[in-house]
Amino acid sequence: MALLKLTSPHAHTAQSTADVMKLVLLATIPGLVALTVFFGWGTIINVFIAAAVALICEASVMGLRKRPVMFYLKDNSALVTAVLLGLALPPLAPWWIPVVGTFFAIVIAKHLYGGLGYNPFNPAMVGYVVLLISFPVQMTAWPAPAPLYPAEIDVPGLWQSLQIVLPFFNEALTGTVSGSIDAYTAATPLDTFKHNTGLLVEQLYKKDPLFNQGSWAGIGWEWANFAFLAGGCFLLYRRVFTWHAPVAMLVSLTLCAALFYDGGSSSSHGSPLLHLLSGGTMLGAFFIVTDPVTSATSNKGRLIYGALIGILIFIIRSWGSYPDAVAFAVLLMNFAAPLIDNYTLPRTYGHKKSRKATEKKDEGP
Amino acid sequence: MRKVWDLIGGVHPPENKHQSVQESIGTLPLPEKLVIPLNQHIGAPPKLLVSAGDIVLKGQPLAEPKGMVSVGVHAPTSGQISEISDYPIPHPSGMSARCVTLIPDGKDEWIEHKGTDNFRDKTPEELLDIIRSSGISGLGGAGFASAVKLSTRQPISTLIINATECEPYITADDMLMQERPEAIVEGIKILSYILGEPDEILIGIEDNKPQAYEILESYLEGTNIELVEFSTRYPSGGEKQLIQILTGKEVPNGGLPADIGIVCQNVGTTHAIQRAIVHGEPLFSRVTTVTGKACSTNRNYQTLIGTPISHLLEYNGFDQSQCSRLVMGGPMMGLTLENPEIPVIKTTNCILAPTEDELPTPPPAQPCIRCGMCAEACPASLLPQQLFWYAQSQNYERLEAHNLFDCIECGACSYVCPSNIPLVQYYRASKGEIRKLAAEKVNADRARQRFEFQKARKEKEEAAKAAKREARKKAAEQARAKAANTRTSTEVSPAATGATAKSSAADDIIKAAMARAEAKKASPEEQRAKLERGVVRAESHLETVEQRLQDLDSEATDKQREQAQAAIEDARLRLEDAQSKLKAAPEPKPDKAKEVMAKVQASPKEALEKKIATLKDRINVTEEKIAEAEDDALKAALQKGLEKQQEKLRDAEQQLTEAPAESTTAISETEDAAATAIAKAQAKAAAQASMSDEEKLRANVTSLQTRLKKAQERLIVAEEEGSNHIDALRTGVEKLQAKLNSAETELSELS
Ligand code: SF4
Ligand code: SF4
Repeated sequence: MALLKLTSPHAHTAQSTADVMKLVLLATIPGLVALTVFFGWGTIINVFIAAAVALICEASVMGLRKRPVMFYLKDNSALVTAVLLGLALPPLAPWWIPVVGTFFAIVIAKHLYGGLGYNPFNPAMVGYVVLLISFPVQMTAWPAPAPLYPAEIDVPGLWQSLQIVLPFFNEALTGTVSGSIDAYTAATPLDTFKHNTGLLVEQLYKKDPLFNQGSWAGIGWEWANFAFLAGGCFLLYRRVFTWHAPVAMLVSLTLCAALFYDGGSSSSHGSPLLHLLSGGTMLGAFFIVTDPVTSATSNKGRLIYGALIGILIFIIRSWGSYPDAVAFAVLLMNFAAPLIDNYTLPRTYGHKKSRKATEKKDEGP
Repeated sequence: MRKVWDLIGGVHPPENKHQSVQESIGTLPLPEKLVIPLNQHIGAPPKLLVSAGDIVLKGQPLAEPKGMVSVGVHAPTSGQISEISDYPIPHPSGMSARCVTLIPDGKDEWIEHKGTDNFRDKTPEELLDIIRSSGISGLGGAGFASAVKLSTRQPISTLIINATECEPYITADDMLMQERPEAIVEGIKILSYILGEPDEILIGIEDNKPQAYEILESYLEGTNIELVEFSTRYPSGGEKQLIQILTGKEVPNGGLPADIGIVCQNVGTTHAIQRAIVHGEPLFSRVTTVTGKACSTNRNYQTLIGTPISHLLEYNGFDQSQCSRLVMGGPMMGLTLENPEIPVIKTTNCILAPTEDELPTPPPAQPCIRCGMCAEACPASLLPQQLFWYAQSQNYERLEAHNLFDCIECGACSYVCPSNIPLVQYYRASKGEIRKLAAEKVNADRARQRFEFQKARKEKEEAAKAAKREARKKAAEQARAKAANTRTSTEVSPAATGATAKSSAADDIIKAAMARAEAKKASPEEQRAKLERGVVRAESHLETVEQRLQDLDSEATDKQREQAQAAIEDARLRLEDAQSKLKAAPEPKPDKAKEVMAKVQASPKEALEKKIATLKDRINVTEEKIAEAEDDALKAALQKGLEKQQEKLRDAEQQLTEAPAESTTAISETEDAAATAIAKAQAKAAAQASMSDEEKLRANVTSLQTRLKKAQERLIVAEEEGSNHIDALRTGVEKLQAKLNSAETELSELS
């Protein structure tokens, strides 16, 4: 009689890593929809290009590393990286932007560091930052939210968007070079605040259509952020991650913004609501900061990790040279995560206090 | 409602308990044979009382406990012992161990036994004795000797009865509570009495056993026993976890529940204790759940210890083709069995025969995505993902800093891990590895110390030898000078010249003869005295180690206790050894002439010298022991002994310095005093250097050989039994081997 000899436990939850990743993908859908509604097809195109490149990169690397390609592709982790990067990129960016970014994310940031679970830096954010530094023009050209388009310009449809994103494609087809993104771009709310001179916050909100047509933090942006928040809450509900890091990040960002709001003067850095609901705040809080691989390990550690990211985001947004800051803040804290881990080991049952990870001598088992 | 605390972490595996509670606890026909492992629990294996061919009655002890933590076993029915041999037992390593095979005769005839009508008539100590002699060990978890757990010295304020049974599938305790609530309640009262009536008595039960709750509650009216229900979550039944749920207190790291005034007993154990005390029935059967979809009937049975699993399966419509694995225990912490002939032991609460659908073979592990679900599930608040990380990189230092040894191996982390990583397996392996390394380190340290000490001793010996040689040379020169000077007495001169002409064979023969004569004169009594001293020493040693165990009792960990136990065993053996040697030694024949001669020869000075020499020897031995002792307490004791010996030595030396005046008078004055003294010294030195030493060495070698053999035998036995003392025994053997080697080389050099 051939009996399996296995060590306990013999029971196991049905949930697999691939399922977890699928949940994350699922949770990005509201955000993707909101971005598409307000900013056109660009984001969806980004996501598809990134996903294709990610799968190709992942498969080739796994092939090169002589691992079972399908087994690893099926864990969906490359897809998650690609989708998150695609969501973060400006819609209607030229096709090579997601290609280069995804290549960097998967090949350099993930696999050169040992693959899934071993990468110290969030791959999507590495890809994003590399692009932002190398191609600042393309990376800061966000289209205006659809309702703000001047009457004579149509919101680009799928076909037109593809023409913009894939100019060579268009050229081969029609022989003309058409479709530049420039016609559609506009300042984002964070840009507006950065370059605001002389207007009180109140005046700005009244005057700028970006704000006066929106409710809290700029038309379009606020809804995209709400959508990501909803996705995040779904993941929290499904216990894909714990609340510690995102909540800490949002709270610390809110506190910083409240502290420096200075009553809405012309040099104000924006209200807490503006900071919470514009830029990549919610995407960052629930999809980037929660990346388990690169964040701190314990719940206590995640509180600290999240809070510091919130503070860094505010500092870089307010005084740095880039309008948004989620990627930088996350990467900086990725550096610090092991250090945080060292000092935030949970207190084990029966122990008086928690220990340090690098502690040398043991009081005995 | 009493306040309960939340279990930290935990998981909700599907319960699967309903299948096996449909029918009452059943009994099965007697199996063809019962295979009863001698050692079913932590602790020293018990001492076998029967041999193959013996006819035994139901309840007759088959093996009695050997030491505190050891637990005996009893015949579950009457029959004949067919063999005592090694047989596969339930053990993670799939190992075999000594088992008694009993062929039931079907009469089920009881040995004379008697219960206690009113347990309050007996003292708690007497009750503990009954528990001990009834072979009762924990039926829930690791199977620790119940009497030891109950005979704590700390004041106990809370008695907790563990009725959680948090593992899926298992319903043995549930059914027991439903069917025998009265006995359980009486058992609890007995426990309470033994523990000096603690203020609080709590029964912890999960809310998935409403029937058991109701039934038990109706029997608790008018008692101070409180039934506490809490929500079902695995592993709330872990002893530490249950204590935390019920009291909010945590068992301190490295400590026992008794340290915080708590004793925890399983319901099953409580029931067994009641049976033992009220009915005089030792522990030879238990309730075992047989379940899983590969069995057509799922039910609980009152199962005799030693029943082969196959017997249980057979009576429950077991479909072999459906069953992927056989688990003893639950799906979270159970053990897979490779062989269905393995017997039921005292901790076998469940036999689970699942189909592949029920417990599928785990898919290959994926990389850890550090999702932290394991950390959320861990009841010990560990970081399983970090432990896994460091286990993979074999970073033992980090593992210990992450408190790997606080992992209770509950499997909650592996259960939730989406990457299907067999985390617990990694932890077990790492724990084993770390323990091994620690043991090796201890051994290496010991070896180093031993080596250094030996080196130091050799140097000392060399120095002493050199000094002796020097002294002899001087004496010889003096003698030569004297001989040359006097040359008056012909009687003296041969000795004197003999001393000068060392190389002369004739002289050597004379010397040897003289020495032999002297050695013989002294030997019988001296040997006897020595042996007697040995016996006395061994006795006192035994006393001290026994004392040590008693002192330990209250605070000590089980390990310490076991060590002490081993030390006692060792001391006892030594004592026996010494006694047998003493018996074997020839009775001293009172020979008047010899006595007189001895008296004449053994001047007070010599006696003193001898005393000093023995004292020095003993001091050496003690120093060696101190160097080798690991235990601080032992060290301190030895140190004290050493001081005493040194004091004696000083005394003796003092006396010696005062002695010379007398000693000279004792020597015949007709001879040349100086020459005689020199000759005597010469003879003695020579004798010691050649014959007596050789004999001593020879004796030493033989005794070492026998000791080595004995030690090796014990080691083999220990290895077979997987005892915890293997390491200690192994070092002992090595030590003896080294001693023997050095003695042999010395001997060969001499002869
Ligand atoms: S549950 Fe598994 S995959 Fe998740 S952190 Fe723990 S070990 Fe890693
Ligand atoms: S097996 Fe160990 S690490 Fe895993 S959950 Fe249980 S106690 Fe925690």
